[in-house]
Amino acid sequence: MLTATQVERALDALGDPTRRAVFKRLRKGNRSVREIADGMSVSRPAVSQHLKVLKSAGLVVVRVEGTRRLYEVDPRGIEAIRNWLNGFWEETLVAFKQAAERESTKPRKPQ
Amino acid sequence: MNQMPFDPNSVRKIVSVKAAPETAWRVFTQNMGTWWPLATYKIGKAKAIDVVLEPIVGGSWYEQGDDGTTCQWGRVLAWEPPTRLLLSWDVSADWQPDPELQTEIEIRFIREGKNNTRVELEHRKLDRYGVRRDQMRRIFDTEGDWGKLLALFGQLAETFNSEV
Repeated sequence: MLTATQVERALDALGDPTRRAVFKRLRKGNRSVREIADGMSVSRPAVSQHLKVLKSAGLVVVRVEGTRRLYEVDPRGIEAIRNWLNGFWEETLVAFKQAAERESTKPRKPQ
Repeated sequence: MNQMPFDPNSVRKIVSVKAAPETAWRVFTQNMGTWWPLATYKIGKAKAIDVVLEPIVGGSWYEQGDDGTTCQWGRVLAWEPPTRLLLSWDVSADWQPDPELQTEIEIRFIREGKNNTRVELEHRKLDRYGVRRDQMRRIFDTEGDWGKLLALFGQLAETFNSEV
């Protein structure tokens, strides 16, 4: 269960402007530290450090491809923030409503 | 609009569903794993792949992990298809199974017209969380902590502006 504490960690992580810029550079998909750092005014080690914080905040996942470490946005982190805003039961009931309405529009099985 | 009085020990939610109560009941009780937000709302260490609600009073309500483990959430206290379901929610404030907790979730499926159901959910007896009641109530209802998020959006907007 992603608790409020974890969500707060995610929000805190995004509170830093440079880290936010790093996070935004991941929106278009996988990237290596070098690709992220290119065109930014911060060093690669600094970018690595920011990625580490984003990863521990549940916002970023890392994938190893050969010798490359590729970073990408973790959709679960975004989902957790959204859930946290809506509240547990609000989110759960909206999901239920969508499922029940999908089921209701299915052709009825012969009895 | 129903304006319900604030009750510190209870959270109430109403949702209108375009489906008959029978369908709503079936999806709620039999297919919970297809809609429950398992990516975030689960308690086990394993990746959760299903939620099971045993269709009998006294039955278990649990999540199933991809490694075969299960984690109990609560029990069925009343089973009255297709109108009323009463469950216990026995998950502690630290998101661990706690059979002694026994908060209650009542779900009512009320027919409204031909193909519509008003689903009312009440999560009550939150006083059983003791000193953490208010914290848990916020999680179940809504965090309501918009201040922090608005501040963040403000910063994001500034970042976008400075990129031009």
